Amino acid sequence: ISDAMSDDHDASDMSGGDDGQEDVMTPSELIRKLEEAWLNEKFSPELLENKSERVECVMEQLTHMEANLQRVRKGDMKASVHRMEIDRIRYVLSSYLRSRLQKIEKFFPHVLEKEKSRAEGDASFLSPEEFAFAKEYLANTETYLKAVALKHMPPNLQTVDMLKAVPEPCLDSFVFLRVRARQENILVEPETDDQREYVVDLDEGSQHLMRYRTIAPLVSSGAVQLI
Amino acid sequence: MFCEKAIEIIRELHRMGDGQLPAFNEDGIRQVLEEMKALYEQNQSDVNEAKSEGKSELIPTIKFRHCCLLRNQRCIAAYLYDRLLRIRTLRWEYGSVLPTNIRFHMCAEELEWFNQYKKSLATFMRSLGGEEGLDITQDMKPPKSLYIEVRCLKDHGEFEIDDGTIILLKKNSQV
Repeated sequence: ISDAMSDDHDASDMSGGDDGQEDVMTPSELIRKLEEAWLNEKFSPELLENKSERVECVMEQLTHMEANLQRVRKGDMKASVHRMEIDRIRYVLSSYLRSRLQKIEKFFPHVLEKEKSRAEGDASFLSPEEFAFAKEYLANTETYLKAVALKHMPPNLQTVDMLKAVPEPCLDSFVFLRVRARQENILVEPETDDQREYVVDLDEGSQHLMRYRTIAPLVSSGAVQLI
Repeated sequence: MFCEKAIEIIRELHRMGDGQLPAFNEDGIRQVLEEMKALYEQNQSDVNEAKSEGKSELIPTIKFRHCCLLRNQRCIAAYLYDRLLRIRTLRWEYGSVLPTNIRFHMCAEELEWFNQYKKSLATFMRSLGGEEGLDITQDMKPPKSLYIEVRCLKDHGEFEIDDGTIILLKKNSQV
């Protein structure tokens, strides 16, 4: 990656977080992981696990890069390249966060329900800030519907069940994926009276078009990459 | 026939192309709500009659009216929710200040929803990263070219850009 990142040596060792979930990464690995998370989030029909540690690291990185850019000799060719790089990374980060926000808004009752019923140790799908945003969105929308219409309706019709009213993400939509780690015996279609069970092996480096539901666990484990 | 007005307001909204927000159909909503009130009151009296005089032949009518009530509720909710989605898109397109002609098409409660949404979004964006946060309503497209061509309308004299170079801006020159 560019000089702008390695100019400041303090920035070149990034630690992913207190609980050591992510090992110390070089800046280029960090950006690569950001791009992977961005693509996965973009092409997945449902909201994926939140990577807020990564987001924070990338933002720190951007601040360092901006600072370095100030120090580069004015008019130097490198400055334009670095500027472009900073803009590119900021675009990917913004796009990633926008993808997530759009899904949170689109599926807000289900997202909140999932978060409420999650077990203690399980990874959270929403960052604390996203969770706050989702709750505010729900409250805002409910308040609005009540004020404009529901309170003028007959007594037994003054509520709307959001979980029923708002559609769930379609997990059966098809997605393109590339395999990173070989997988064996992936169940594509279960056995029924009419057909035998349909099972495939996924070779490393191969690309497929499959139902999201089938490979969802592989996305979160990192075994496949959505493209 | 019942529920016709409800369908009419939905059709009207559907007819407007992507993202456009027509004026809030206050009249239409009011008519649907009045129909609901009438249906409910008729059902109330029929239910009482059926209970007290055992007139079970009223029950199909009661069920039918109840279905109409549910349908009206669903149509109104759909109409209002679809408008909210359009209004939400406006924040991303126009920023936090909406053009006046669009604001005219929104009812007071929609404006309130918009204000709350703006606040939520701003709080969220400010919380990103460590310090000032990140405005994710910017950078909507991947950066393409670093340079743009500019034509000067007035003499501005010298101008320093981001990377420190100084350009001379003279009227009608193109840089």
